[in-house]
Amino acid sequence: MNNSRRTFLKVAGVSAFALTTGVAGAAQAKIIGTYEQGDKALKAKRWAMVIDTRKFTSADDYKPLIDACHKAHNVPAIPGNQEIKWMWLDHYDRVFTDDMNANLPDKFKKGMFPLLCNHCTNPPCVRVCPTGATYKMHDGIIAMDYHRCIGCRFCMAGCPYGARSFNFVDPRKFIADPVPNPEYPTRMIGVVEKCTFCAERLAKGLRPACVEAANGAVMFGDLDDPNSDVRKALAENFSIRRKPSLGTQPGVYYLI
Amino acid sequence: MYNKTYVLAGIIIFVALFTTPFWTGIMSGSYQRPAVQLPANEKECVEPVEYMRAEHMQLLNDWRDQALRNEARVYVSSTGKKWEISLQNTCLKCHNNTTEFCDKCHISNSVYPYCWTCHIEPKGKK
Ligand code: HEC
Ligand code: HEC
Ligand code: HEC
Repeated sequence: MNNSRRTFLKVAGVSAFALTTGVAGAAQAKIIGTYEQGDKALKAKRWAMVIDTRKFTSADDYKPLIDACHKAHNVPAIPGNQEIKWMWLDHYDRVFTDDMNANLPDKFKKGMFPLLCNHCTNPPCVRVCPTGATYKMHDGIIAMDYHRCIGCRFCMAGCPYGARSFNFVDPRKFIADPVPNPEYPTRMIGVVEKCTFCAERLAKGLRPACVEAANGAVMFGDLDDPNSDVRKALAENFSIRRKPSLGTQPGVYYLI
Repeated sequence: MYNKTYVLAGIIIFVALFTTPFWTGIMSGSYQRPAVQLPANEKECVEPVEYMRAEHMQLLNDWRDQALRNEARVYVSSTGKKWEISLQNTCLKCHNNTTEFCDKCHISNSVYPYCWTCHIEPKGKK
């Protein structure tokens, strides 16, 4: 008895020594370079978007935005309830569900409103993700690391805005070949995807694809900077956000 | 010991069978390095070739974490040269024939990375 405890302690001691002195760590990766942000990268403390819905008169007006987004990210066009959407449209009563007023002008009752990931300050999807595949970056973007996604879909259940789509089938079958944007990867069956505020474009100094396609009707900027486009637009106009009562603090604002 | 001959013969046969992988390994001659197709117009990789050969999978792993989690999408190599962090737009711009480069080496080493289910391989391969 005593003897085996003694050997156990010896082995444990030697292992701890090896681990702490790096004898065992020698096999670990050595990275010999360093990392930095690009010179042209757009930076912010808290990215936010303001959509001026007054400048869009019909659902067709939003089409260039959606097309630009879905082209830039090779989003498949899957019909039916297995669709993949980064940006999409819906009716007022399903967009601003807290505002239950049956007597709104037709413009609102019948009109369509653009939807995308809200990049919340308090994102429920991040709290429920068991693998850390979705996370909040230092600039407020709720990012996806598709490599870590195990397809459990907790995030889809957690998201109150329906902003996440699951790849029930191989998306490549529903994307043109060659893909619209050969610089960006596709996704595969079994992972969840969503809008990422075009993090890969911001890194190169480009604004998000939908913002570029909107000719000024969609603003994008730093919510923490009082002189930014978005802060000015919010200071001068009345704006609403989706489901404010949930406390998620969306980063997407609508001028109505 | 009872049945000494049978027991010993049994042990010898067992050991011989158990170690066959080593014997076949030794007999089949030395490992032939696959003749990968190197980029025609380039001389240097992002890091020294010995490092790339041994560590490229670690480098790619680190690249993706830095790019996706830290927004650091520029890699400054040990020689001070800057590279855009991208599997498709950096690695595969030079190594534009994945079949003759990545795959060739991986198949002879029995590694099967799943990257190409999402990352787009340069055309000429489907
Ligand atoms: C600027 C062009 C260029 C880029 C970008 C580049 N490589 Fe290379 N790579 C080369 C060249 C040229 C060689 C051969 C160097 C030599 O033989 O000295 C090479 C060699 C290699 C080797 C070793 C092959 C052997 O001979 O055994 C590996 C592995 C490799 N590269 C992987 C990568 C990966 C992974 C990336 C992206 C992180 C990458 N390369 C990016 C040009 C490039
Ligand atoms: C000189 C041979 C060689 C070349 C060329 C090469 N690889 Fe590899 N690669 C390997 C070996 C060997 C391993 C496995 C190492 C291990 O398991 O420790 C590996 C592993 C990997 C892994 C990790 C796979 C896993 O399942 O852990 C990735 C990713 C990878 N390689 C990407 C690439 C890409 C991309 C290229 C082409 C640009 C490339 N490799 C070219 C030899 C090579
Ligand atoms: C489920 C789909 C998927 C698979 C499988 C996948 N990736 Fe990715 N990967 C992506 C997407 C999408 C991005 C782009 C995210 C962005 O730029 O915002 C990305 C980005 C990256 C990046 C950083 C930036 C870039 O554009 O290259 C690296 C490096 C990377 N992946 C390496 C790998 C390697 C190595 C493998 C194989 C072991 C792999 N990936 C497998 C989807 C995937």
